[in-house]
Order: sequence, then C-alpha cells, then structure tokens
Amino acid sequence: MSKNNKLINWQPDRSKYPKLDENGKAIIDLSSQKFIKTWQGPNHPGVTGNMSLELTISGDEVVEAKTHVGYLHRGFEKLMERRLYIQCFPTCIRMCVPEADSNEYVLAAGIEHLDNIEVPEMAQWLRTLVLEMARLQVLLRTVPGQASTLSLGMGGQWGMYLRDLILDRFEELTGGRIYHMFIIPGGVRGLLPSGFKERMEENLKLIDDFILKIEDLIFTNAIFNKRTIGVGVIDPSWVDQYGIVGPNARAAGFKRDVRKDYPYLKYNELDYDVYTRTESDIYARSQVRKNDLITTVDLIRQILAKMPEKGDLRAKTPNVMHWKVPKGETYQRSESSRGEYGLYLVSDGSEMPRRANLRGPSYTHAVSLLEHMLINSNIADTHAIMVSLQTCPPEIER
Amino acid sequence: METIINDIKTRFEVSNIVDQGNMSFVTCKRELAVALVTHLKDTEGFTHLVLLSAVDWVEDNQFQITYILNNPNRRLDIGIRTFIDRDTATMDSAHHLWEHAATYQRELKEMYGIDFPGSPRVDESFILEGWDDVPPMRRNFDTKQYSEDTFFPRPGRGSNDPAEYMKKKLYPNE
Repeated sequence: MSKNNKLINWQPDRSKYPKLDENGKAIIDLSSQKFIKTWQGPNHPGVTGNMSLELTISGDEVVEAKTHVGYLHRGFEKLMERRLYIQCFPTCIRMCVPEADSNEYVLAAGIEHLDNIEVPEMAQWLRTLVLEMARLQVLLRTVPGQASTLSLGMGGQWGMYLRDLILDRFEELTGGRIYHMFIIPGGVRGLLPSGFKERMEENLKLIDDFILKIEDLIFTNAIFNKRTIGVGVIDPSWVDQYGIVGPNARAAGFKRDVRKDYPYLKYNELDYDVYTRTESDIYARSQVRKNDLITTVDLIRQILAKMPEKGDLRAKTPNVMHWKVPKGETYQRSESSRGEYGLYLVSDGSEMPRRANLRGPSYTHAVSLLEHMLINSNIADTHAIMVSLQTCPPEIER
Repeated sequence: METIINDIKTRFEVSNIVDQGNMSFVTCKRELAVALVTHLKDTEGFTHLVLLSAVDWVEDNQFQITYILNNPNRRLDIGIRTFIDRDTATMDSAHHLWEHAATYQRELKEMYGIDFPGSPRVDESFILEGWDDVPPMRRNFDTKQYSEDTFFPRPGRGSNDPAEYMKKKLYPNE
C-alpha cells in the first residue's frame, strides 16, 4: 500500500531535463527524436475559443509552449476609428463574446468621462444589474466548465441550462441573448419589464441549489481533486510581473477586485466581501470562481431589492449622429468575470474615436503567463490549466 | 498623487499634465520614458503595467506611446505619454520590467511598425501571418481599399450612399 502511495505521489525531477542554455532557455533539437512538436487547437475540445498552443513535448512533458492567436482577428479597434461613437457599440461588444456587457460599459463610461456626462441613478442601478447578470451567466458556464476539462461533463451541461435561463432574462430586458447593447452613452435603453424580479428570483433559487450540488459533484470529487490540487500553480511573485488580475490573482492571495478597489456605478452601496485563497492552483481558482458565483447571486438580489422602481434612464446627450466628443484621453475599467477589463479611449475632438484600445485579462493570461506556466507541465493538464485562467481569445486579437 | 507628479516634474521633465483625480496623464521625452516608468515601478509602487498602447498622429508625423501604470496598494493610475518620430518609429524596450510588456511590444511592432530592439520575439508575427503590407493600425492603411483590392465582390450586392438611399426610400416623391 505504501509502495502504491509512493508511486501515486511520485513527481519527476523536471529541473534536470531538457538541458538549458546560458539564458535559461531549453535546448530543443527536434532532429534528436527526443522531442515532438504538436498543436493543441484551434479546433480542439479543450481550447476555449479560437486559439492554439504550439507545444514541444518530451515524453508527456511540455518543454516549450507558444500561444498562437489570429484565427478570429476582425480588426475591431481599427474599425472603431472609422465609425461614429454610437456605431462603435455593435463592434466593441464583440471583443469578448461571452461577456459583452463589460465592453459596452467601458466604452459608454469612456465617452461619458470625456464629455463630463452624469449618468442618472436609475440607469446606474440598471447597469450594475446587467453587469452582474453577465458575470452570473459566464460563471455558470465557467465554474462547472473547469470540471468538464477533466471529463466531468455533467456539471457543465447543467450549468449551460441555468445560463440559458439568465439569457432568457437578458432577452426580456434587452431584446438580445448574447449581445445586448443595453448600456448606451448617457444611460441605458429601458426599465425592467413587469414581473422581471419574480422570474429572476425563481432562476436564482435554482442556481442556489446548483451551487450546493456542485460542491458534491465537483469539489469533493476525488478525480477533480487529484487533477487540480497542486497543478498549474501561479507563484504570487508572478502577479505583477505578468499582469495577473481577477480570480487568478485572488487565488494567489491578492485581494484585488475593481468593484471594491475603484468603486463604480452602485457597487459601493452593495455589501459583499472579496474571497481569496492562497494555494494558487487550479482547485483554488475554481473555488474563487465558485465563491464569485455565490457573491453574484447575492449581489443581484441586493440590487433588485435596493433599486428604485422608476427614474431617469438617460442623461441629456448630443445627437448621437453628430456627437463630437471633446479632445482628451481616459482609461476606464470594470471587473469582468475574468478580472480587470479596461478601455483606453483617445478623442481628437471629432465624431470618431482617435484610438480605442481594449485591455482584456486574457491578453496577459493566455499569452505570456500561459506560455510560462505550461513549461514542465504534463500534456494531459494543458487544457485544464488554460481553462483555469479563463482565457477568451477574441479579446487578445481585437 | 500630487507629490508624485511634483517629484517627476522636476526629475524627468514631464509636461502636459492632466489630472483626473486618481488618474493622471503626463508627457515625457522619449529618452526618459523607460527611466520614468522604471522609477515609478521601483520607487513609487506602480507595479502593475495595465496597458502599453500607441496612437498614430499621422498629421504631426508622430506616434504617441502610452504606458498606463497602476499602484494597487494606493489605488492610483498614471498614464505616461511619449512621442516618437513616425518615420524611424523606434522605442526603448520595457520587457525587462514586466514579462507581458514583450507581448504588447510585439503587437505594436506588427500593427504600427514600431520597433523595440531587444524585445523577445518582437519580429515574430503575433496576430497577422505573412503580412507584407503597411502595418494595418497606421492611419494611412485604408481598410476599405484593402478589402476591395483583396476580395472580389459577391454577385447581387451593391452599395449605396446611405443619405441618398434613405431619402429615396422615405420620400420617393420629392
């Protein structure tokens, strides 16, 4: 028995092979037949979206990894420079497909900041609600989705069903399921439909039950634990060095959340804590996201209880077809489900942005960090590590 | 923030200061930009590189490079602007300060043609593959012209002047 345990817990000494050059880079000679070059993606069930990993493996160990993006490049930032500000919204929201509302918010907030527009209180509550609903539908997919990467697909399917219910609520509030364009410069497009709160509460009760059950289904599952505890560890010293944000930073012990640190909209009127872990492995990141899910459900209930029934939805703004935003530059951020999501907006005083540069968390997580983390990992763990960083390729190649 | 700005104003000759509360934008000379960024990171606690971006001011024949830095403990942000000549388009690399700076610089090389000598893999294509045209984020790259030259139009599709088309549709008798 003890011999078996020893075998199970055996870890190879990965520090000795392959040999490193004087710069610390692995010496890889493909003709030596000790290495194999393989591609994971862009079409691969374990890859989240259109990106691929060029892996050099020795045995089953990754010795070099390169992230390749560009399969989904649509030149959004370039297109925005040739469009009126209002026309930028349908373009901007597609920069991150699963969580489009963060894009709308940062663009609207950037325009409002440059033109000194105060958003009415009712619109701020509705924006907060929409951002939390967006986070909820992403986390319903992501939290059990981590287990799906390790062949525990049931939670993932279940989460997708519940996500669909939230998309139903989005549809009745905004008219759209994925892309909403509910947040517009100066405010929002509409009020809550009649009976919305009750229907949302019914959905939240199902999600409460789901959260309890995934604890048994996923987090106490022996396979999940074995494959995630101690795997894909992010050293805390990497957090600033690699620009790590959101749940990935919180799982490494950093209490960072844009909603708390730089309160925007109505977040400073809501009561919640930022959950952190210190293990910084895949399991810890999954736990942080599960607690984010609990927090989000609670925040939606708080918002629906606290928000007024009626109020102004929009501030007075210039005609959107002739809106010249004053010259200047700004950086606006929000906390997406993946972490800090920001927009650097530069106006030259014309009707179109001079520059709109989106900062998505995946830009650093999926490229410099992932390439570094995968070295010396087992090839069977690569997709689990990638999913644990919650990568979203469209926001890399805007 | 005011103390930090006053300090760097004299030491790094920063100008054109725009104070937005917890966020400020300053301009500094190209030669001092990386030194200023290093100072802010090592001494003032701006340890998080949020963004490294470029703006093409084609009419002035200049590129603006912007470093947005964040101090997570004091919750402050600063944007460092510097201007480089558009024809030579070379800037000092900051890859030794942050690992992900190399990724930003690689993208800027590809999209704007701004070189960062010494930055790891700066010449490898990042998003585009086999691109040999004008760097596409430069203002003088015409996306519409590129599409017309590269792709053939599908039959049955035409384009109209929006103002003219809507006038005809809404007021056909006028």
